[in-house]
Amino acid sequence: MSFWEFANPARFMRLSGRILPWLVALAVLSLGGGLIWGFFLTPDADQFGSTVKIIYIHVPSAFLAINIYFMMFVTSLIWLIRRHHVSALAAKAAAPIGAAMTLVALVTGALWGQPMWGTWWVWDPRLTSFLIMFVFYLGYLALWAAIEEPDKAADLTSILALVGSLFAVLSRYAVNFWNQGLHQGASLSMDAEENVSDVFWQPLVLSIIGFFALFLVLLLIGTRTEIRSRRLRAMLMQEAN
Amino acid sequence: MFPELGKYAVTILSSYGAAIGILAVLIAVYVLRNARIRRALAAAEARKAAR
Repeated sequence: MSFWEFANPARFMRLSGRILPWLVALAVLSLGGGLIWGFFLTPDADQFGSTVKIIYIHVPSAFLAINIYFMMFVTSLIWLIRRHHVSALAAKAAAPIGAAMTLVALVTGALWGQPMWGTWWVWDPRLTSFLIMFVFYLGYLALWAAIEEPDKAADLTSILALVGSLFAVLSRYAVNFWNQGLHQGASLSMDAEENVSDVFWQPLVLSIIGFFALFLVLLLIGTRTEIRSRRLRAMLMQEAN
Repeated sequence: MFPELGKYAVTILSSYGAAIGILAVLIAVYVLRNARIRRALAAAEARKAAR
C-alpha cells in the first residue's frame, strides 16, 4: 500500500477513526503520567530550585511549537506540488494547535524568566524568533479565515507556511546561531553529557510523548472536521442550486 | 504529598494553570466544532436522502 493512498479522504477517515481511540488513551496516560511524575515526584534542581518543574510544560510545548510548523511546511509543500486536499486540511488543522503551543511556551517562559532572569521578557534571539513564529501562526489562521474559496486559501496559506518556516528554524537554532541572549541551550540532546540529569529527563521525555500524542489526537480530530466541513459546504451549495 | 515549592509557588502554579487553561480551551474548541460539523453534515445528508 502506498503512503499516498492515505491522501484519499475516505481512506483517511477510516484509518484515523480506527487509531483515534488508541491515541487518546496514549495522550491521557503519557501526559498525565509525565506531568504528575514531574510535578510531584522530582526534586528541586541545584541551579533553578523548584522552578525546574516548569520544564515539563515549557520544553514539550516549545518542541511542538517548532515541529508543528515544520509539519505544516511539509504538508503545505505536498499540497502545492501534488494537490492532495487532505494535506492542506491537515496543515489548517495543525495551525491552532501550533499557535496554542507557542503561546504556552511564551507564557510559561515569561513566568519562569521573571524570578530567574529578573524580567518577564527580553529581546533575546530565541524569544524574539518565537514571538515572530507566533505572529506567523496567527497570520496563517487569519488568512484561512479571510479567503472564501478553499483552494485559493490553501495556496496562499501554504506559501505563508513556507515563508514562516524560516522562523521555525531560527527558533530552534537561535541559541546556536548567536552566542548571546539569556536563553540557555537545549534541555535535551543526543549528547548525554549535555542532557539534563536522568531524574528530570525521564518525566520530561514522558511529558513530550504526551504533548505529541495530544497534538496527534487534535490533528486527527481537526482534519476529520475539515474534511466533513468541505463535504457539508459542497452539499449546501448543491441544495442552494 | 504536595511538593514544597517555596518562594516560587506562585510562578510554578500559575505556569501550570496557564498551560492547562490554554490546552483545555484548545481541546474544547476542537471537540465542540467537530460535534457541530458532524451534526450539520448528518442533517444535510438526511435532507438529501429525503429528497
